[in-house]
Amino acid sequence: MELALAPETLARWQFGITTVYHFLFVPLTLSLASLTAGLQTAWVRTGKEKYLRATKFWGKLFLINIAMGVVTGIVQEFQFGMNWSDYSRFVGDVFGAPLAFEALIAFFFESTFIGLWIFGWDKLPPKLHLATIWAVAVGSVLSAYFILAANSWMQHPVGYRVDEETGRAELTDIVRVLTQNTAVAQFAHTITAAFLVGGAFLVGISAYHLLRRRHVAVMRTSLRLGLVTMVVAGALTAFSGDRLGKIMYEQQPMKMAAAEALWETEAPAPFSLFAVGDVDAGHNVVSVEVPGLLSFLAHDNFSDPVPGINDTNEELREAYGPGDYRPNIPLAYWSFRWMIGFGMASVAVGAAGLWLTRRRFLLAETLRTGEDEVPRLALTRHLPLGPALTRWYWRIATLTMLFPLVASSWGWIFTETGRQPWVVYGVLETADAVSPGVSTSEVITSLVVFTALYGLLAVIEVRLIVRYAKAGPPELTEADRHPPTRIGGPPSLPGPRQDAGSEDRPMAFSY
Amino acid sequence: MELHTLWFVVIAVLWVGYFFLEGFDFGIGVLTGTLARDRAERRVLINTIGPVWDGNEVWLLTAAGATFAAFPDWYATLFSGFYLPLLLILVCLIVRGVAFEYRAKRPEERWQRRWEHAILWSSLTVSVLWGVLFANMVRGVPIDAEGEFAGDLGDLLSPYALLGGAVSLALFTLHGALFAALKTVGEIRERARRLAGRLGWGGGALTVGFLGWTLAEAEHGRGAPALVVAVLALLGALVANARGREGWAFLSSGVLVVAVVALWFLTLYPQLMPSSLDPAWSLTAAESASSPYTLRIMTWCAAFATPVVLLYQGWTYWVFRKRIGTHHLAPAAHGAADTGTPA
Repeated sequence: MELALAPETLARWQFGITTVYHFLFVPLTLSLASLTAGLQTAWVRTGKEKYLRATKFWGKLFLINIAMGVVTGIVQEFQFGMNWSDYSRFVGDVFGAPLAFEALIAFFFESTFIGLWIFGWDKLPPKLHLATIWAVAVGSVLSAYFILAANSWMQHPVGYRVDEETGRAELTDIVRVLTQNTAVAQFAHTITAAFLVGGAFLVGISAYHLLRRRHVAVMRTSLRLGLVTMVVAGALTAFSGDRLGKIMYEQQPMKMAAAEALWETEAPAPFSLFAVGDVDAGHNVVSVEVPGLLSFLAHDNFSDPVPGINDTNEELREAYGPGDYRPNIPLAYWSFRWMIGFGMASVAVGAAGLWLTRRRFLLAETLRTGEDEVPRLALTRHLPLGPALTRWYWRIATLTMLFPLVASSWGWIFTETGRQPWVVYGVLETADAVSPGVSTSEVITSLVVFTALYGLLAVIEVRLIVRYAKAGPPELTEADRHPPTRIGGPPSLPGPRQDAGSEDRPMAFSY
Repeated sequence: MELHTLWFVVIAVLWVGYFFLEGFDFGIGVLTGTLARDRAERRVLINTIGPVWDGNEVWLLTAAGATFAAFPDWYATLFSGFYLPLLLILVCLIVRGVAFEYRAKRPEERWQRRWEHAILWSSLTVSVLWGVLFANMVRGVPIDAEGEFAGDLGDLLSPYALLGGAVSLALFTLHGALFAALKTVGEIRERARRLAGRLGWGGGALTVGFLGWTLAEAEHGRGAPALVVAVLALLGALVANARGREGWAFLSSGVLVVAVVALWFLTLYPQLMPSSLDPAWSLTAAESASSPYTLRIMTWCAAFATPVVLLYQGWTYWVFRKRIGTHHLAPAAHGAADTGTPA
């Protein structure tokens, strides 16, 4: 059968499309839950209306986004069995447990409390209502941890043995699976990157409104929160990425050699900025390099050797038998660069913004602005940015708001395709993992259905997000300003006879 | 009890929880097309499950995850074998979830109507599909010596399986109608009760017939007590409904759902997926189970987490215990773009 139509190829395309798509919504959900919760905490503590309006605004965008994350997540859990039944049979004993934990501990938490948050504004006292959004945030982070521990096991299997008789992997040490360094580093890298995504989202939309001088008080606060988030999360993403990279040099040298298109082992090894390679011949035709940097990325010094693709392939042949153990090298090389490039560009925009919009630090009295003024962008203590450049900064912030999301998508494409030909590194090859009973036409059907449905939903989702983002924060209602003081109680309005007519009071929110 | 038996029971309980809870969600979805007379009434129905449907759906994810972890072979054969029905179920669940969340996000008549159609048809289709799928799983499908499904779509559409689909649709709609009667006020509440009364007789007869057929074909009568419970629950639901005891009526239809699912799983055990080609190729609980170590860890996890889940899910139902009617609906709030250019 032609490779392009092999069940394995089709199932991989489907997994790639549905997973990358699912993960467009996940980072924003992870970070917006906490950021919205933070804004709501500020409201509960200070009583300032701008915080409540910001909470409602970002909360609305969060909900539009999480709806898609939730429904596309169901596909993820089903398709291991649907398309990868031999994989599921082989790893279920090990891989299934974190998935079951994820559903039982994290999904229930997240999904139950999100209902309480959406519908609970006029039912729960403010502090309890605040607790529900924090519960959602905690639930989503927990769920990320479990699924990343499961994925890390595919990257670097530990705490298991293969039963000779049944030919299945069996769990021997759950603690190792949940706490191995791959899982910890992947979790740190994914979560910090998610906050970079959320920070850039806040900054981009705030900049859009500040450029137009609308909703200034809310957007100024949101901008500040977004910029700080971007810079802190950006630094931590870089740091955790560096750690994860070093772990990968040990655990999957092939992936990292492919990421650098480093064909031969070199000491010191250079970091490649640009390369055009000949995969069949096994060398680069064009290459622009920074000497020694790769040794540093792999080993924290500028001289140690880094194994190349050809040598690593030879070693893998000796260990696992004849075959080609190279992933798609141009894809690994470029996805790695797009991940870093888009991520760093975004952090640069955030860092510039944090400096330009600083409130007091190294800033002349005349350039400082009040709480409901658009911040003046100041380059040095006395030098403000001109109006044209200021407008450009706001515009760039808006235009680059999805850069971290692009980076995180490339990151996943890199780490998953870079592991090939393995589905469980060193243990099970992807070709042996597909469902033998599912026909090519069935996979084509589902591939087409998912792609079409996801495409349609993307259009609807993006339009809604744009509509609500442009509309800006809602005006507060009397019900918003006077939440109940006890569960299901009447609004805390001054005056007597509060309970009168409470049975017929309309809901603060309904579908 | 052996661990794999315990986990068979746990998974049965998870499915029971799923069909009990999302069963009335699906029923509500179906009823937006028959019970509700206008947009306001459709909104009332949707909002009776608004705060809870998402949490209810997690029972499915947990059932699937637990199956993957406790019986990898069962998960693999079931999900790859019923590929196309599950694809359709996924499409329905995706469309339905998005529809609940997005329907009220824009004020246009056409926009809202489309999502209401989506809710109706996805709920209806998925209600039928779960019945078809379970009927097939319990009765047996062509499974080869490797544990792979060896049939095609036609094998899944036997008269028995189609009757199973009709039963689950009737059951969920009845359950949903009784839920609507319990959770609404005004005229729609009365109509929900009348509809439940009519549905109860027809759907009930269908259900009892289907369960009888299942037992008659089974190799053992272990499921018989569940049939008795089902009949009693059905009668209880009808009597309570006729007398206007809505809480009891809903509880009884819940017991009916529990009894049906219990009968399926009682009939199935000790097999997980009987093979219609050769009984020796059937998947059994003992052979498909994960290692005792994995099952032990999962038992501890479930033992601690499940009571907590039940507690906070139960609390959610308590918080949103009030009935709602058309006058409770929030005035539609939309992006400021609807009301003209923002200031």
